[in-house]
Amino acid sequence: MMFDLKNVSFSYEETEREPEYEKRGKKINIDETLIPSKVFAVENLNFTIKKGEFVAIVGRNGSGKSTCAKLLNGLLLPENGTVIVDSFDTKNSEFIWEIRSRVGMVFQNPDNQIIGTTVEEDVAFGPENLGVPYFEMVERVNSAIETVGLSDHKSREPHLLSGGQKQRVAIAGILAMKPKCIVLDEATAMLDPIGRREVIKVITKLNKEHNITVVLITHHMDEVAKAQRAILIDKGKMVFDGTPGELFSHREEVYEAGLETPQVSQLFYLLNKEEGFNLPEDTIDVDTACARLEALLKGDNHVH
Amino acid sequence: MKPSIGQYIPGNSILHKSDPRTKLVMTVLYMVAVMFIDTFLGYGVATLFLIISVIASRIPVKMVLKSLKPLVFIVAFTVLLNIFFQKGETLLLSVWIIEIYLEGILFAVKMAIRIIILVAGASLLTFTTSSISLTDGLERLMSPLAVIRFPAHDIAMMMSIALRFIPTFTEETDRIMKAQSSRGAEFDTGSFMQKIKSFIPVIIPLIISAFRRAEDLAVAMESRCYRGGKGRTRFRMLKFSWCDAVISCFMIAFFAVIIIFKL
Amino acid sequence: MSIKVENVFYTYQPGTPFENRALTNVSVEIPEGSFVSIIGHTGCGKSTLLQHFNGLLMAEQGSVYVDDVLMTKKTVAELRKKVGLVFQYPEYQLFEETVYKDIAYGLQREGLTTEEERGRVLDAMRIVGLDEEMAERSIYDLSGGQKRRVALAGIIVMNPSYLVLDEPAAGLDPAGREEILGYIKNLQKERGTTIVLVSHSMEDVAKLADKIIVMHQSEVIMEGSASEVFRNEEKLTEIGLAVPQITVLWNKLRRSFPNLPEDVYTVEAAKKAISEYMGGGVK
Repeated sequence: MMFDLKNVSFSYEETEREPEYEKRGKKINIDETLIPSKVFAVENLNFTIKKGEFVAIVGRNGSGKSTCAKLLNGLLLPENGTVIVDSFDTKNSEFIWEIRSRVGMVFQNPDNQIIGTTVEEDVAFGPENLGVPYFEMVERVNSAIETVGLSDHKSREPHLLSGGQKQRVAIAGILAMKPKCIVLDEATAMLDPIGRREVIKVITKLNKEHNITVVLITHHMDEVAKAQRAILIDKGKMVFDGTPGELFSHREEVYEAGLETPQVSQLFYLLNKEEGFNLPEDTIDVDTACARLEALLKGDNHVH
Repeated sequence: MKPSIGQYIPGNSILHKSDPRTKLVMTVLYMVAVMFIDTFLGYGVATLFLIISVIASRIPVKMVLKSLKPLVFIVAFTVLLNIFFQKGETLLLSVWIIEIYLEGILFAVKMAIRIIILVAGASLLTFTTSSISLTDGLERLMSPLAVIRFPAHDIAMMMSIALRFIPTFTEETDRIMKAQSSRGAEFDTGSFMQKIKSFIPVIIPLIISAFRRAEDLAVAMESRCYRGGKGRTRFRMLKFSWCDAVISCFMIAFFAVIIIFKL
Repeated sequence: MSIKVENVFYTYQPGTPFENRALTNVSVEIPEGSFVSIIGHTGCGKSTLLQHFNGLLMAEQGSVYVDDVLMTKKTVAELRKKVGLVFQYPEYQLFEETVYKDIAYGLQREGLTTEEERGRVLDAMRIVGLDEEMAERSIYDLSGGQKRRVALAGIIVMNPSYLVLDEPAAGLDPAGREEILGYIKNLQKERGTTIVLVSHSMEDVAKLADKIIVMHQSEVIMEGSASEVFRNEEKLTEIGLAVPQITVLWNKLRRSFPNLPEDVYTVEAAKKAISEYMGGGVK
């Protein structure tokens, strides 16, 4: 088991807003300003993630999915419940570096997580912190950079790279620490489609070829289709856990949670709802959709 | 990106290849030597030394001269000050209350040469050493000070992060200025006070963004197991080579000549 | 009336080793009242082009006209009032204490009375769906999506005839994206504001734009309606862009069923075409 979350809750400290409103003497809606003393960012989460899985955690902005990511490597500690990472409890501060070297994190803003002044120096940052000896470090750095396909940019300065390349540098920086799991905390949110494709390609490869567990936190639904499993979080609670296909056939929950389904699922939904067809709504990719529509069109042609 | 004073110019010369620690120490030694010089012969020797170093660095002479451009005013000011106010024995010219002495002129010339060869020498260090290896060199040189709890590693880490973020903030400043211009901000009109005021809409978002970046960066560093300098190994190795031996010998010879012959 | 860009060239840092040609002989027209989308991937020159629309950058060669007035150093201040430009992640430019003050920043040189100013600000807030009660809130108390809308209102308040937006929905979740694009579409309807939208979402572009401009490596390589542009699936894929997912599906399906109609780039259109092909659905 890579992760085991039991009854996990977490809340952020409340900021004091009320006095500011009173001072200005404005008439305000009491419900709006008197925020209950505790708002859970995530509440009573229960799930496990197996080694080697590729899981997408989806939810709208502010749904708690990012908090969830930070609980996975002990950047945040649960208020209630326990988070077990590869048999270590994150609450036990003795193991915190064990946990963090096993679970690498890629964050949202590509510019704010590169520390080194060149690509290879940045990739070396993690191994340096772990005290990896020089020659092994050089080897790890080179192979990590090669895995993410940036060998030609080794000695480039990070600000000269594209967003997608920067995020790949961040992934290489984690790889060089020999992790068991990579958590991408909305790492594709600020990228353009090409950058997103690059990142998804790299992590899919890592998952398949290096057997690294991938937790992809995102609100891009086309990326969810690439995962084996999707967990939907809304208002801090888990509302769905299943395959991406199953998720998209739970259309109402998806839209209720501020997300959307891929266009092919939308088409199938509309055909069913408005035209009375009976097509499977767990259709999420173009190929399956095409095959199913071909069958429909052919079958029906015989009838007419 | 305009080439500014001593901006690093990548290269493969003996000066580029030598260790930043050597270069740092030698630069200090050079400066001390230059401060000791008091004769024109001495300045001649120093200039010769400098010229040889520039040739060895393979930095285009034009670049070195360009880097001295900002000095024009300081040098001119120093020269004028010395010519007009330095008193001596040989009065050359006396108009109204202004008296110009030979000694004053000589001293002014010496001062000018001193400033120029000092800055040219120092800029040679930054021309041939990337800021990151400078930081590294400084860290290693200061590391013995850890005994008196001097945070050499932390200072070096801060410096290298600062260097890493300079381009990011330059881009961001440009973007915010353009964004505020699109909302009618004008940065180059009005009185001095108005101009300062007009920068508030740029500075505040920049500061907020700097804090946000700092926070993100801290989290990123923490999740990559950063816990200070203890137990860290280093990817960038500093190693002395024959280059360092050559440079050191050359420098010590120069220093000795200046001191022994009291040039 | 329109924004006209004629044979514009632009190079960053000319004469240095960092020289970088961003626009090569670009000519485009943004007709008044239209909804124009510019697509192309990062570095294709689209941001440079946007900055020519309101004179933040001046054409090195060629000319830019806004409502038939040539963009020059003298006319730029006047023309900039007509062309509002919203940068990517505009919430990072907020700096005042309150929502109201920040939105009003763009009005400071207009010499309005307090009443007039208040009217303009509240109107802009209404357009982006912010309650009047939000006016006195500190900008630091807002969510990311709300900040984005405040920044947008800060441009709308200046009543531009042309609103140019660089990926206004970047980083927002689907619901947030839908919402903000809705406000923009409404603005076009309500005030007749011309919209220029840069977007990476082909699905959004297909849904919203009357005219699409495709840029690649500093040049405009395609221009036309959604059907004219998305007809070229191969060419678009080749330069690293895409067509909407529904169009990919459709083109694939048409290989087996060539009788299906061409030019399907929205889910609605696909549904309609299939149901017509099947003789009006199952019902």
